[in-house]
Amino acid sequence: MNKIQTDDTIAAIATPTGVGAISIIRVSGPFAVSSTDTIFSGKSKLIDSHTHTIHYGNILDSDNNIVDDVLVSVFKTPNSYTGEDSIEISTHGSSFITQKIIKLLLENNVRLAEPGEFTKRAFLNGRIDLAQAEAVADVINSRTEASLKGARNQLDGLLSQKVQSLREMLINTSSLVELELDFAEEDVEFIQFDELQKRTDSIIKEIDLLLNSYSFGKVVRDGVNVALVGLTNVGKSSLLNYVLKETRAIVSKIPGTTRDVIREEVSIDGILFRLYDTAGIRVSEDEIEKEGVIRSREVIKNSDLILFINDVEQNYPDDLFEELKILNKQENIINVLNKIDLNKEAKIKSDIKVSALTGEGISDLFNLMKTKVFGSSNYSEKNAVVSNLRHYNCLKKAKESLMDANNSISSKMSGEFIAVDLRNAENNLGEIIGEVTSDDILNNIFTKFCIGK
Amino acid sequence: MNHFDIIVIGGGHAGLEAAVASANMGCSVGLLTMDKYAIGRMSCNPAIGGTAKGHLVREVDALGGVMGKIADKTGIQFRMLNKSKGPAVWSPRCQSDRKLYSEEAYNIASSTNNLSIVEANITSFLIENKKIVGVITIDNKEFSCSALILSSGTFLNGKMHTGLTSTKGGRFGEQPATGITQSLIDLGFESGRLKTGTPPRLKKDSINWDVLEVQPGDENPQPFSYSTDISKFPFLPQLSCHITYTNMNVHKILEKGFEQSPMFTGRIKGIGPRYCPSIEDKIVRFADKERHQLFLEPEGLDSDQIYVNGFSSSLPAEIQFEALTNIKGLEECEMLRPGYAVEYDFFPPHQVDLTLETKLIEGLYFAGQINGTSGYEEAAAQGIVAGINAANKIQGKPDFALKRNEAYIGVLIDDLVNKSTEEPYRMFTSRAEYRLLLRQDNADRRLSSYGFNFNLIDENENKKIAEREILINECIKLFHKIKIHARDVNKLLKKKDSPLIDSTGSIAKLSKRSEINLIDLVQFVDVNKYKIVKKLLSDKIAFYQVEIELKYEGYIKRQYELIDKFEKYESANIPLSLNYLTLNALSAEGKEKLNRIKPRSIGQASRISGVTPSDISILLVYLKK
Repeated sequence: MNKIQTDDTIAAIATPTGVGAISIIRVSGPFAVSSTDTIFSGKSKLIDSHTHTIHYGNILDSDNNIVDDVLVSVFKTPNSYTGEDSIEISTHGSSFITQKIIKLLLENNVRLAEPGEFTKRAFLNGRIDLAQAEAVADVINSRTEASLKGARNQLDGLLSQKVQSLREMLINTSSLVELELDFAEEDVEFIQFDELQKRTDSIIKEIDLLLNSYSFGKVVRDGVNVALVGLTNVGKSSLLNYVLKETRAIVSKIPGTTRDVIREEVSIDGILFRLYDTAGIRVSEDEIEKEGVIRSREVIKNSDLILFINDVEQNYPDDLFEELKILNKQENIINVLNKIDLNKEAKIKSDIKVSALTGEGISDLFNLMKTKVFGSSNYSEKNAVVSNLRHYNCLKKAKESLMDANNSISSKMSGEFIAVDLRNAENNLGEIIGEVTSDDILNNIFTKFCIGK
Repeated sequence: MNHFDIIVIGGGHAGLEAAVASANMGCSVGLLTMDKYAIGRMSCNPAIGGTAKGHLVREVDALGGVMGKIADKTGIQFRMLNKSKGPAVWSPRCQSDRKLYSEEAYNIASSTNNLSIVEANITSFLIENKKIVGVITIDNKEFSCSALILSSGTFLNGKMHTGLTSTKGGRFGEQPATGITQSLIDLGFESGRLKTGTPPRLKKDSINWDVLEVQPGDENPQPFSYSTDISKFPFLPQLSCHITYTNMNVHKILEKGFEQSPMFTGRIKGIGPRYCPSIEDKIVRFADKERHQLFLEPEGLDSDQIYVNGFSSSLPAEIQFEALTNIKGLEECEMLRPGYAVEYDFFPPHQVDLTLETKLIEGLYFAGQINGTSGYEEAAAQGIVAGINAANKIQGKPDFALKRNEAYIGVLIDDLVNKSTEEPYRMFTSRAEYRLLLRQDNADRRLSSYGFNFNLIDENENKKIAEREILINECIKLFHKIKIHARDVNKLLKKKDSPLIDSTGSIAKLSKRSEINLIDLVQFVDVNKYKIVKKLLSDKIAFYQVEIELKYEGYIKRQYELIDKFEKYESANIPLSLNYLTLNALSAEGKEKLNRIKPRSIGQASRISGVTPSDISILLVYLKK
């Protein structure tokens, strides 16, 4: 592995701002160990210690006053996250202490890291590939368990592996096409059109799976927007409150003005749902209410899911349903019938029956919401999942190129025309993992076929 | 002391093109060769062209080179390969009369103005201030020069192997060139060792031709050169090749010789080409293949020798012979000489620039096998580029480097410089990412204006090509405009089993249908109204160009889109003075390679092996500052 020769050493506080039990300061670069040594007093010098060891000791200021007692972890090149010599200092959680230590480091050959610089160094040192580097940003920004797992998997190279294997399939296919073009005089068997089509079809199918995972990936990363809509007194608020009580993680509550949209974030089985309690979408004379109606319409338009709530005591408002269909799409609407504790037998149109009072049917509602979002597909964070728009676009382009190639195949065009689009598809996949080489095909041919007169 | 503007060492296919081009550009040229009758000698198979190589010959010809002309004059079988495929991969190939070929090459060299042929064996160089100023021969004679093109083929410390016997030499019956490698190493060059091979030659009359499969030439043979008078072509009587196959018994016999194989016993250290393996290599690497195809190629009209293409070998002579006699048709064969492997020195080509001038010594150019290539055509392509650049340098004119989207020659040199090579490099159409544009049929449209600017193409020829270009482009535009009515064309479409149209369709659109030919559609055009179409109909070459461009328009457009992307990086210049060692963010390997190769553009940098995409982004960021 080639390590980047950086001549400067960077440091930053790795834990989030705010007070926690501990804070971690990360240092990376050629002076990471020696600079820390100058402010650290422990049993032995860090410079003499092995990689992946932890040391207890004190951080001392220039007057030898103890700033804090800390644990220092040593990672030596190339076996660290960045690939460089790295130090992690675990301090007590106080911004005063961490700031003080950073200041001491800055006086000793260290500069403050720019945002993302540790990851950039890891990328530049070949510790992680492009897809992995992008995933780091997602890990840092992840807000729920599932999105953390998804990003984590991408970081571990799950998507890279998948794309790599697709690319290899493509290179094998291209080789068969090129074989016939460059080695027509050779006594080898050439690929038939239907076999070729079979191969491109199967690659398209795999790409489709990845493309379809984008909705899952996106949901995992960005969360699902859910609008709660219904006439007054159907129990929207009580349903919302019950959901907030039931779910583990109440992430935040964003207050609005009266009549404004209320937003709550909850995590259901690791998926982030943003619940918007709309004020109503009926036209009103009241100025403030008018404003609320406009906002509600916006929310409904932009929602991934709409919980259309009715209760057993009122008739189903067909006109309101029609309006929702116009604002959004019918398939995104879940008809929720509330207050079934009052009347179990009510014959009102519904997809699911619940009671916000007793909690009956709520877990079924959660399942229905998840199915609606993910479709019937069985995605889990264990599969390679596309959650990054750039990756999605590359895959889409690769698929388009393969469809072009299929067109050429079905109109029985000569191989060099098919090859144009196969090569484009290879490049598109290569862009995801930052790898494009043109020699792969010839190398593959020479390995697999007896060529040469 | 003798002085030449340019000295060319070696009179093979690279040296010949270099010497003739630079002499025609007005420089005084000395072609120094160990044997003047070996000029243009075909060391291996008696053939020119083939897949992608045929493209190179056409390009060399369009630039004003001589290979195509000689091949046309001395060809005894012409075939267009890949004819069942699209036009981009059609490749011309010919069998040549080996003797006549080198005679014709000698004639051209000796009749070129400003060109002197000198028999000399060069052993070292005269250098002043890192600039070439002359050479010294083995008998201590000196020649001075302003530029030197070294095209020494397989002669640098050449060593031939048959079985465990090895002989010093660059080619059968010829002495090696010793001294040059060492003097270049002393100057700081890095050398390497490659291997190539040649098959045995058989006596023509000893082969039972009647039982063999015949491979005749094309019925309507096409010449390589644009300047060849088609009415007199072909100039010589035409012969056929024949095909036979090895069998398991042959393989068993060959295996007996493995203990005495210079390859398998490790006596040969040089790396051989994977695309041109010896017969013993094929048997080992593809053990489950029951037979291998062999082509029996005539060496010339009067020659009694037959070249066994596909049976390259360095096994002991008696093993080669025994194996041959077990092949159908060769049972009674007489082996005139065995195959052999030849090892030779080369200089990994990252040491030259896109002009083929070495980065270490000003005025010193490398061309041909010395740069790690194999093949006459690859050599000729480098020869003409080196010759043009050496002359340009002396005359104070700008560098000449073809781009990857302009020519196979551009692909070839760009690959060599940026990727270097570890095995003998051969051209393939798959190496060209813009293959659909770099066709053998449009080499003149792509390159002859360069040839004209260098005074290698005469004015009339150039004018003809320029006028044709206008005709082609005008007609393409026109055929997009002219619409044909359903009532006129549907009858034709029905006959051709093509979907009918409702109202009207443009000629351009209808001609895209694979079952429709442009000529069928042009009959609906009123040629009195569109006089230019009449002109097009009388120019077959132009007509064919228009047809290709219309038929494959969609694909060609996609290639141009790729080129636009490519050009963006290609035109992002990097100053040659950039010191990569100070760019700390670069990967260690990227830094070293960039420093070594000193790319001219971001595009070139991105093709250097070992330079990562992140290195490129770092360069882009740095250059923006």
